[in-house]
Amino acid sequence: MKNIYFDYAATTPIDENVFKEMSPYLQEKFGNPSSLHFFGQEAVFALDKAREKVATFLGANEREVIFTSSATEANNIALLGLLQGKENPHVITSSIEHKSVLEPLNASKAEITHLPAYKTGIIKVEDILREIKEETTLVSIMYANSEIGTLQPIKEIGEAVKKINEKRKNKIFFHTDAVQAVNYLPCRVDDLGVDMLTISGHKIYGPKGVGALYIREGTKISSIFHGALQERGIRPGTENIAAIVGLGRAIEELKKNNKKRTKELRDKIINTVLSEIPQTKLNGSRENRLANNVNITFKGVEGESVLMALDQEGVAVSTGSACASHSLSPSYALLAIGLSHKDAHGSLRITLGRLTTEKEVDYLLEKLPPIIKKLRKISGK
Amino acid sequence: MKNYYTKEAMQRFLNPKYFGEMSDATGVGEVGNPRCGDVMKVYIKIDKGKIINASFQTLGCAAAIATSDVICEMVIGKTTKEALSITEQEMIERLEKLPAVKVHCSSLAIEGLKKAIKDHEEKQA
Ligand code: FES
Repeated sequence: MKNIYFDYAATTPIDENVFKEMSPYLQEKFGNPSSLHFFGQEAVFALDKAREKVATFLGANEREVIFTSSATEANNIALLGLLQGKENPHVITSSIEHKSVLEPLNASKAEITHLPAYKTGIIKVEDILREIKEETTLVSIMYANSEIGTLQPIKEIGEAVKKINEKRKNKIFFHTDAVQAVNYLPCRVDDLGVDMLTISGHKIYGPKGVGALYIREGTKISSIFHGALQERGIRPGTENIAAIVGLGRAIEELKKNNKKRTKELRDKIINTVLSEIPQTKLNGSRENRLANNVNITFKGVEGESVLMALDQEGVAVSTGSACASHSLSPSYALLAIGLSHKDAHGSLRITLGRLTTEKEVDYLLEKLPPIIKKLRKISGK
Repeated sequence: MKNYYTKEAMQRFLNPKYFGEMSDATGVGEVGNPRCGDVMKVYIKIDKGKIINASFQTLGCAAAIATSDVICEMVIGKTTKEALSITEQEMIERLEKLPAVKVHCSSLAIEGLKKAIKDHEEKQA
């Protein structure tokens, strides 16, 4: 069997139609949208079209969408751009956010409250309500977690924040990093009640090096970059037209995600592993999780060694083990939901995607149990 | 194609020869990083100053398993003094190379061995 990919949460391959639509913009249609001549205007047209597609998907106005070089950049712009110039701002976020949310917040001067994610990996709306105070300016909660796949109650948070805002002068803005959610969850911004929302290209079968940020009309974002006036000056720098075109098309191709089928395959993996391999447990809520995410702890083994043994069989997965990270520290998201260092050590993340077949799942399920057995023999645990 | 581990390291990791508990060990050394959960146990059997058997039990990454196997292979037939002079570098050479972040796993093996020898000596005394 050829190499099998079970790491779709890390990145996805570019969809065929996306690739076809982007390609001309790398060569023949190479114009700079800032130019007034034909070549430039061709690029402007492509840029507008892509923006329209993203806006339609979000149920937003085109003016409310800006393109960035990545979701990390989009998160930085959203958070730092909003906080800039605010006096003693207070921000509420969760302990399981992506680094591209946690680190800019740490770098800012804001006071940060990190909400617990409990054993389920899901934060509680009432915790947000309890933490809100006079100085609260921003709530940033991810839509779905990349490691444990848990879904956050974005809509409920949006409603709650809206209600509070009706009664106060200084508005609380609500941002969500929806990078992992776009494939499987509704993202209409008015339904969610968000003021800002982050998207990434390469997690949705689009290219790497492109992201998008939705910014609700009336949300004042200061420029954290300085340059010319591209993307309303919020994200100066010549637009990566090919990648932006790709992101627009990737949004259109989202209908190719078969959520039901993906979920069935996911459940087949979860059920089989939990029932056939002793001393295993699923990390994060079983019900409220992404259709494509499996995260399981295998006691008595270490995740990097499981990953390497599977890799040898042509199966690519990921792990939250300290041994697989450059910092030699385990996944903070796993620790945040109450796993011991030991249990994080034995964790494995398997993420499915559009191209995953049942045959691939069966192959994984055939290869995994003997590997765990052998490694447990070696560890004596 | 580029691989994270060398072929030699992968082979060791996938087919270690010296793993398992040793019931007649004369010395056992357990080391680890309790924080991340890595644990390594080295068993040795010493007869007339010579290590005549060695085995390991390791809960750790592929490099930790591979270097555990290497150290067992290297010490068998050696006096304790010779065994104690084995360096990380010599072990890594048998695997050709280890990624830089994995070098500490080989020092874990050396520590395990030292502890096992010390355990043996204390039991003799
Ligand atoms: S045992 Fe943890 S990095 Fe090797």
